[in-house]
Amino acid sequence: MSILSVRDLSLSFGGLKVLSDVSFDVHEGEIFAIIGPNGAGKTSILNIISGFYRPTSGQVLFDDRDITAMRPDRRAALGLGRTFQNIALYRGMSVLDNIKLGAHAHLGTGLFSSLWYWGSAHREEMELRHEVEDSVIDLLEIESIRKQPVGALAYGLQKRVELARALAMRPKILLMDEPVAGMNAEETEDMARFILDINEERNIPVVLIEHDMKMIMDISERVLVVNFGMKLAEGKPEEVQQHPDVIKAYLGEKGAGNGRAIAACG
Amino acid sequence: MDVLLQLVVSGIAVGGVYALIALGFVLIYKATSVINFATGEFMMIGAYIFYSCMVYAGLPAIPAFLAVMGCAACLGFLIERLILRHMLGQPTISIVMVTIGISAIFTGLAELVWGSEFCTFPALFPRKPLVIGDIILRPNIFYGFVLASAAVLVFAGLFKYARVGLAMRATASDQTASFSMGINVKSMFTLSWAFGAIAACLGGIILGNIGSVHPSLGHLGLKIFPVVILGGLDSIGGAVVGGFIVGIVENLAGGYLDPYVDGGAKDIAPFVVLVLILLVKPYGLFGKEEIERL
Repeated sequence: MSILSVRDLSLSFGGLKVLSDVSFDVHEGEIFAIIGPNGAGKTSILNIISGFYRPTSGQVLFDDRDITAMRPDRRAALGLGRTFQNIALYRGMSVLDNIKLGAHAHLGTGLFSSLWYWGSAHREEMELRHEVEDSVIDLLEIESIRKQPVGALAYGLQKRVELARALAMRPKILLMDEPVAGMNAEETEDMARFILDINEERNIPVVLIEHDMKMIMDISERVLVVNFGMKLAEGKPEEVQQHPDVIKAYLGEKGAGNGRAIAACG
Repeated sequence: MDVLLQLVVSGIAVGGVYALIALGFVLIYKATSVINFATGEFMMIGAYIFYSCMVYAGLPAIPAFLAVMGCAACLGFLIERLILRHMLGQPTISIVMVTIGISAIFTGLAELVWGSEFCTFPALFPRKPLVIGDIILRPNIFYGFVLASAAVLVFAGLFKYARVGLAMRATASDQTASFSMGINVKSMFTLSWAFGAIAACLGGIILGNIGSVHPSLGHLGLKIFPVVILGGLDSIGGAVVGGFIVGIVENLAGGYLDPYVDGGAKDIAPFVVLVLILLVKPYGLFGKEEIERL
């Protein structure tokens, strides 16, 4: 069953066509990767799913609900968790405060509800929140830095905190834009392990954009390849790797024939 | 020595009021990065509404006060919804011009509605001057200070401890992240304009009560610029410290220099200190380092 369904998505900025008729489904519990050369429109797809861009045409269905016209904060409250290519953390705040803000999504921020929100429902919510915070901190192994200001942390750790914050939202799906970009081999391995843990232990489907082909091939169940805003291929990693169009997009005409060369590109 | 103490104490008292108005400015800047040049005019309008409530509508002071807070919130709300919302994403300079335009409109409207006479509030506080040791404080300044401090504490508390304050701080810190955390960023913008307008209008009532109300009361808002720039445009604590510094400096200059230069030193001194501090700390005393300079 698909939890997220993208149908005939097109996006233009003025005369520039960024996406044309991209469709795909993300199934319950899977890790789904979106790959493609730089400028192919991968991040635009994520931005449409999380509501930062409005598509020129097409639909986004989440949990069988059309969310194409919904505000990004509403989508977040529905359970779309997101991490960014350029880390979007509250730099002046501590790790714990950042994670606490992740749990905020479920508390609602209506103009008035946020001013008058007391009583037993509130207390229950707070208990649940502490539990989530603690389990997220354990899962991502960031106990030792919980009090530190985020701005002072190493890049790899910041990415991990961003993931922790997204998890504290108790998302139904996680959208990750280049989670291991700029990381060394060890950090990349850690991150891949965390993504697998999250996916397996919490059964959260993950949509992932990445350039690191080795990681993509290792952890994802299905892969979507886009180029120049169009869908080139979709399928299991090893199928996609062998797909002639994909090889052409990555290596040019003459390089066709050797699927494994793609892995080397990462 | 007595003179010095007297000047410093009354400087602190006036500074408290400056801090409140500066807070109105900072609340808006922090969340929306808009520099509100109409802060002084918000102040003036607040003072006039208070005057009308008391003199024309005959309300007692406290209901009049609450009425101003309500009107101020509506004013901030409307300005954000009707004007600033449409300026999202435009260059800073355009947005600044819009707020300057708003300030001119308010000054004109005030003249149309209330005329250009000086208005004075009915007496709000006992007239007996307060004597603390050798220091004498005018009651309007003393009670004004008490009121302003209370308002600053309430705003600061709201910002620091309430959930809505957390959401506003989050919005100020990173809008993209806040959207994806489920924070309704746009309503936080509206809310910060409403809060900013309330702070400025309350400050306007207090200043109007110390002096008198006139369409050009808004020019006093110019003094808020040294206050906020000293403290750092985005720092609430900075607004408070900046308020005290400007209040004290202005009083000292007025007391010690004005007799020799036939007046005027009082108005210039805060700006001189402002320039000196900016030379050393270009982002103000408590400002975040990457913020844009005025």
